[in-house]
Amino acid sequence: MLDQTGPEMDRKSWMGLLARAPQARLDALLRQVGGLPAHDWLRPPETGGVMVRGRAGGTGAAFNLGEMTVTRCALRLTNGAVGHAYVQGCFRAHAERAALVDALMQTGRADEIRSQVLGPLEREETERRAARAARAAATKVDFFTMVRGED
Amino acid sequence: MYVAVKGGERAIDNAHQWLAEERRGDTGVAELSLDQIRQQLGLAVCRVMAEGSLYDPDLAALAIKQARGDLIEAIFLIRAYRTTLPRIGHSEPVETSAMRCDRRISATFKDLPGGQVLGPTFDYTHRLLDFALAAESEGLAEVAQAAPDPAPKPRVTDFLDRDGLIQPEMPSDATPPDMTREPMEYPAERPLRLQALTRGDEGFVLGMAYSTQRGYGRNHPFVGEMRVGTVPVEMEIPELGFAIEIGEVQLTECETVNQFTGSKTEPAQFTRGYGLVFGHSERKAISMALVDRALRWEELGEDRTGAPAQDEEFVLSHADNIQATGFLEHIKLPHYVDFQSELELIRKLRADALAATQKEAAE
Repeated sequence: MLDQTGPEMDRKSWMGLLARAPQARLDALLRQVGGLPAHDWLRPPETGGVMVRGRAGGTGAAFNLGEMTVTRCALRLTNGAVGHAYVQGCFRAHAERAALVDALMQTGRADEIRSQVLGPLEREETERRAARAARAAATKVDFFTMVRGED
Repeated sequence: MYVAVKGGERAIDNAHQWLAEERRGDTGVAELSLDQIRQQLGLAVCRVMAEGSLYDPDLAALAIKQARGDLIEAIFLIRAYRTTLPRIGHSEPVETSAMRCDRRISATFKDLPGGQVLGPTFDYTHRLLDFALAAESEGLAEVAQAAPDPAPKPRVTDFLDRDGLIQPEMPSDATPPDMTREPMEYPAERPLRLQALTRGDEGFVLGMAYSTQRGYGRNHPFVGEMRVGTVPVEMEIPELGFAIEIGEVQLTECETVNQFTGSKTEPAQFTRGYGLVFGHSERKAISMALVDRALRWEELGEDRTGAPAQDEEFVLSHADNIQATGFLEHIKLPHYVDFQSELELIRKLRADALAATQKEAAE
């Protein structure tokens, strides 16, 4: 759950960040660094359901809570780098862009992608979360006890 | 015997065209966008995701628009869509203790670690209609912000558990049964019951829970804790060989602390009920926890009092509003042949009875 900042971000972290990213923003950032590179599909985008599990009592036996939509794909850039994506929702374009970023991160352009695409996505997500956390913090109850009685 | 009734195609097409026009309403009024539904009718979206058993706010908003705001019809649309999706896999069990909480309250401990966080709640509002909203010129007040509290928010039941005061949950990663894959079987284990309750009709689960409060299977619940917020969803990806986050979902979790008397061999302990629901749905999460607890009577060595909420077959087989509405609403569709045979039977019975009376009178 810790937010991993730029340089330490590993593949697991950036795939998660891409899965949660707003599709339009990911698309815009990718276009700013030269658009969508040519690629072949290893697995064209496919939308399916993932059964989300919970635990009884939060810590006990696993149970099936319900499904969520996920779109996945795999592709290969012309230089051979392979990218995978599993993103939340039904948008094929989102999965494609996420897989392109994953593939580009295996190439010499990794630093550029990290600073120009992943960095902004992560900062914006952190800001969105902080904005909610700040609002929640303002609704925290400070109990005080009324002093009553005559003595 | 099944006899197909032909005809009516043109009438049906025309009816559906008119339905589309009615759905749109007065074209002089702006059309609703899915963004508007998702943003401004968020709790309706939550209910459709929870009972549709598919977390996707965009699809839920579309279903609500298509169903003209009839949420059970919208849930039906989502359930039907869900069946067309290939199953990619299952997630790791979500870690609700690591939730990013918008809201977290306890009715049992005032000063719990991490504090009482009210969040965006209807509680403590006066339930007076706000005519300012009708004017559509809602000026929003600046929402207060404060420095976020980095302290973790441990579960209330964890402190009780540490002191042995509450019956412990036994962690298990056994593959849970899935009612969307196999038919329901009774007796149902708790994981199967929890799946059926979390996708069950909010009104039905609420009614069952309320019946326990009124004395039909009473279980003395306290809301030990309720939290609302987002959790990441992690899934093992075979082709990568590691787990990644495939997204995040908003959940409402309710843990109840219920009364329990010990036995000669066991000291007195509290017991638990558990509710976990997609989206922000406090009524449903609390209801689920109460019904979960009521259904655990046998495992906890309680008497079966004959209360409906203790009867798992009754509860689970009537909780699903799509099954219920499907069976209920089909009786308005043509049953001409069935009815014709009943009509003939009743005419024959009456004729026979009349003939018998006339014969008796004649004798």
